[in-house]
Amino acid sequence: MSIWEFLRTYGPALASGTLTTCTEFVLATAIAIIVAVVMGLAKLSSNWLIRAPAIVYIEIFRGTSLLVQLYWIFFVLPLFGITLPKSIAGFLSVGLNCGAYGAELVRGAIQSVPRGQWEAATAISLSPAVRMRRIILPQALSIMLPPWGNLLIELLKGTALVALISVSDLMFEVKQINAMTYLSAQAFGTALVIYYLLARFLITPFMRWLERVVARGLGRV
Amino acid sequence: MKLDWHWDFAFEVLPRLLWATVNTLTAAGAGYAIALVLGLILALAQRTNWRALTVIVRECVEFIRSTPLVLQVFFVFYVGPQFGINLSPWTSGLAAIGIHYSAYLSEVYRSGIDAVPRGQWEACRALNLPLRKKYLRIILPQALVPAVPGMGNYLVGIFKDTPILSVIGVAELMQMANTIGSENYRFLEPFTLVALIFLFISLPAAGLVKLFERRLRLAMGL
Amino acid sequence: MVRFLNVNKDYGKLSVIHQLDFDVAEGEMVTIIGPSGSGKTTVLRILMTLEPISGGVIYVNGKPLTHMAKAGVLVPADERHFRQMRSSIGMCFQHFNLFPHMTALQNCMEGPVQVLGLAKKEARERSEELLTMVGMIDKKDQHPSRLSGGQQQRVAIARALAMRPKVMLFDEVTSALDPEVIGEVTNVIRKLVAEHNLTMLMVTHQMGFARDISDRVCFFYGGKIEEEGSPHDLFENPQRDRTRQFLSAVKEAY
Repeated sequence: MSIWEFLRTYGPALASGTLTTCTEFVLATAIAIIVAVVMGLAKLSSNWLIRAPAIVYIEIFRGTSLLVQLYWIFFVLPLFGITLPKSIAGFLSVGLNCGAYGAELVRGAIQSVPRGQWEAATAISLSPAVRMRRIILPQALSIMLPPWGNLLIELLKGTALVALISVSDLMFEVKQINAMTYLSAQAFGTALVIYYLLARFLITPFMRWLERVVARGLGRV
Repeated sequence: MKLDWHWDFAFEVLPRLLWATVNTLTAAGAGYAIALVLGLILALAQRTNWRALTVIVRECVEFIRSTPLVLQVFFVFYVGPQFGINLSPWTSGLAAIGIHYSAYLSEVYRSGIDAVPRGQWEACRALNLPLRKKYLRIILPQALVPAVPGMGNYLVGIFKDTPILSVIGVAELMQMANTIGSENYRFLEPFTLVALIFLFISLPAAGLVKLFERRLRLAMGL
Repeated sequence: MVRFLNVNKDYGKLSVIHQLDFDVAEGEMVTIIGPSGSGKTTVLRILMTLEPISGGVIYVNGKPLTHMAKAGVLVPADERHFRQMRSSIGMCFQHFNLFPHMTALQNCMEGPVQVLGLAKKEARERSEELLTMVGMIDKKDQHPSRLSGGQQQRVAIARALAMRPKVMLFDEVTSALDPEVIGEVTNVIRKLVAEHNLTMLMVTHQMGFARDISDRVCFFYGGKIEEEGSPHDLFENPQRDRTRQFLSAVKEAY
């Protein structure tokens, strides 16, 4: 079967899989961002009771594998009475996992805002909350955007694992096609190319654009 | 809902899981060895004057880095037989994870090499060092120091990615936990133990990487 | 206006300020000079509450700065007390520390709007007036990255003044500037001295400038005041050996 014939036959399945992958990606990203900001800030807290849970969270999610977390959330959490539909378990695991990595990016970026900025904000009497929101975070944002670009690509790749709990994403669809037809090179090859296109021509340009927008906000054109 | 944790079951399955941990560590070690060597080749290939080669290698690295490992594992495992080459799960698993991480390591090497000051390259030229001596004796030793943290992170990273090999039946930790789980219809203990084993290995490993990095910096007088 | 009583500041075993007693009267312009490491910048930083003190009491405008009265005794102050006290003090830094993501005007409006709760319009008027005073009104919509060091420092002065402080602190405000733009900043400070009745404390390496505009000059050495007096007395007729050594070393350098 030629590759064109293959694409004509399985195009719809591939398209619907890609759509699911994109949905999982967007939802997981949203969770990752929220988790990253909350945990990143909490890890910087001077209050031990706030800092400790953040450290534990970050170390657990960075110390074990995404696949282990996914299986745990999908197969073990129901034993605690929390049963999640597979698609939710999917993007939740990916988001929680990448959020832990993102938290370190947030923390690192906040800490690398120059000390003079904290002092100047203090010198005009800004309260700690206003100082963080209006002075520190906007500058931290421009510092952490480039590594977030890489993290989002890792996140996209992570979403492929949700196929293993039968969420019908791109990975899942090509596995099905492979099992039915044994056209492995076409099926897996096409999926590889689609993931590559998503990462290289959607996520990366979007992040570059975002970096430019933020740089403009800082007056660096 | 009360927690239904069976200690006796946990202790019963622990030896099997620990045995599988050996496989996991073997897979991580072998995969890392492949990645170390192949990564260096990929990095050096991007420094040749042969423009076409540089561009092709660059694109390959980008491609490998931005596509999911699990898909690459399937690709290597299933595409071979289509062309009459049968690879065992172990062989294709190690090849896939090794190639995947070689792309990451090539980037680490590359930025390490880029971090060697211009003056060092110029000094090599001034001393008229042959290419091989230049890299082996001057550039790579200096490139290695800034590369160590990245190399260490990916060592821990490859360890955490080995569960993905379970999808083609490599008998590592995750696969073993799955097997135990479906034999006994109990997933709580095996999956939780797997998570704990990962935690107990990767956290100290990450700490050791940091310690080694600091030692190395001191030893190199930086 | 500002009173240091037996103030100590240590970093671990290192004593940076040692039993400092020091007064600044209302409307007075006091300059602190001295070799690096003598603790002169630290005096400004603890007054701005950027650093905690290790012992003693500081009064600003009659109120304790680092302590608050609770049931008749002085206890270490909390963040709220600090914030309240800070608003009467303004500071300009060696490296300006303008907020890079805000324009010159936004930099000046930030404090009045966020802290004093002024309406945007009022804050804008106040800020524009101050930017006019420092000669930066035509650059009000520029981001700091587009401004020269001298221009940034003038905006920083306007930003500090926008809070209507009673005490202004200048921490080596010309040290990071190219020689040819130092004048534009010192002229702004001269204007402030001439036209406003602000209490000012300045750390500087520019002896000529210090001599021109100060009411009083303090020479710091080893964490305390080695000698102080009117600019004329201190520069023309220093009493202490260390002061003489320092002044002649500085003279040679410039």
